[in-house]
Amino acid sequence: MREEYDIVVVGAGPAGSMAARFAAEQGVSVLMLEKDRDVGYPVRCGEAISKAGVEEFIPVDEKWISAKINKFALVSPDGSKADIEFGDAGYVLERRIFDYELAKTATGKGTVILTRAYVNGLLFNEGRVSGVKYEFLGEQKEVKAKVVIAADGVESRVGRWAGIQTYTDFRDMECCMQVTASNINIDPGTLYFYFGENVAPNGYLWVFPKSGGCANIGLGVSGMTGKKKSAMSYLNDFIGKNYPDAPVLTCIAGGVPSTPTLKKITAPGIMIAGDAARQVNPLSGGGIASGMIGGSIAGRVAAEAVKLNRPDHIFSYDVEWNKRLGKRHETFNRIKNGIYNFSDEKFNNIAASFLKIPEDKRTLRSLFTVALINNPSLLIDIAKVFI
Amino acid sequence: MKRKRDLIWNLFKYNMYRQAKTGILLIDINSDKCDLCGCCVGICPEDAIELKESVIFIIDERCTNCSKCIWSCPIEAIKFNKNGVPA
Repeated sequence: MREEYDIVVVGAGPAGSMAARFAAEQGVSVLMLEKDRDVGYPVRCGEAISKAGVEEFIPVDEKWISAKINKFALVSPDGSKADIEFGDAGYVLERRIFDYELAKTATGKGTVILTRAYVNGLLFNEGRVSGVKYEFLGEQKEVKAKVVIAADGVESRVGRWAGIQTYTDFRDMECCMQVTASNINIDPGTLYFYFGENVAPNGYLWVFPKSGGCANIGLGVSGMTGKKKSAMSYLNDFIGKNYPDAPVLTCIAGGVPSTPTLKKITAPGIMIAGDAARQVNPLSGGGIASGMIGGSIAGRVAAEAVKLNRPDHIFSYDVEWNKRLGKRHETFNRIKNGIYNFSDEKFNNIAASFLKIPEDKRTLRSLFTVALINNPSLLIDIAKVFI
Repeated sequence: MKRKRDLIWNLFKYNMYRQAKTGILLIDINSDKCDLCGCCVGICPEDAIELKESVIFIIDERCTNCSKCIWSCPIEAIKFNKNGVPA
């Protein structure tokens, strides 16, 4: 342990690991601080990811692949099921192992990791962030850094201390609850999504297959819904109805910020990445791939800034992120706002019209087209979104 | 418009809701039930919740009793306690 590093990364999830790796790759010294005793645990994730999203960063390894996905099934409130074939679409991961491997790619480049280090403050020097304060085994310590990258997840507070408003409105926070249950009899290559006011209002319920007949069953509801009924009771209702005898192996809670990225993700001396910067696809709630992309850009830009000795270079991170995914997430967010309050009847109508298409012609695009043609009122909804 | 609304809301929450009305902390986190997921920390507008590896608590002097954490909690581990939470 040194007293000063070029870059300090807070959080060792996918975004933090990628930030550390892409920074260390360029020869700067990197320290990664993790609050838990273990990298990658506890897992707070549905664990599905697109193929392209994972292959960009790490060669696929069987040991962290739990299931290979080639089909989506969307289940409407009345129970009709629309299948969409995708070819090799993606994977369901084993996040415990996956996060470990990601962190190892960072340490392979020379990153130092310190677990059980809880960051509880920032050091400032002439208005710039110049390091972090952290608690390690009950002792208060400090470490100086030229750039701090905050990848501390949905519960991020580091950005706030630097004066960036990072909290999410409770209406936009999807409060999630998930169990991993065994003896679930579903197709091992299909991701199931359930919609409806009684299943998961203002959100969706997922059943993702895992190896050995297990499955991740979880749902997300808006904080607005949570005023009346919590995510836990919605999930208990669903499991009681559909899989009453399935043994539950793990049970976790979590939050997904389904908003577009924060307006400001850099401040002098600090950059925010991953869930902390709300770099989450607001429509699907998927955050592994976009977190890794955000982290990699942050790490690279931070290392460049250190090497060039131009502290203001880190502000180009905003621009690069918006070019890569930020703009697309804003579009997704508009679509999300459009379908946010869909009634059960609308979901049923769309499913009914979609099922009329021959099976081999069913794609995501045809789903949208059909939804529009058969429900002209949808056009008004979508028009409202874009105007 | 937004600034005006924020101003009114701020006046409301400091003068009425917390300080004048009760002055005591009414948000109660059941740490036995809590999964330490960080949902409440992510939505807390006042940065009033501290979450360590296995410890969670409310920072009394920042909390305004706005109750957003109660609504966002997926497992109902946070409750509104009318009688106040002992420090």
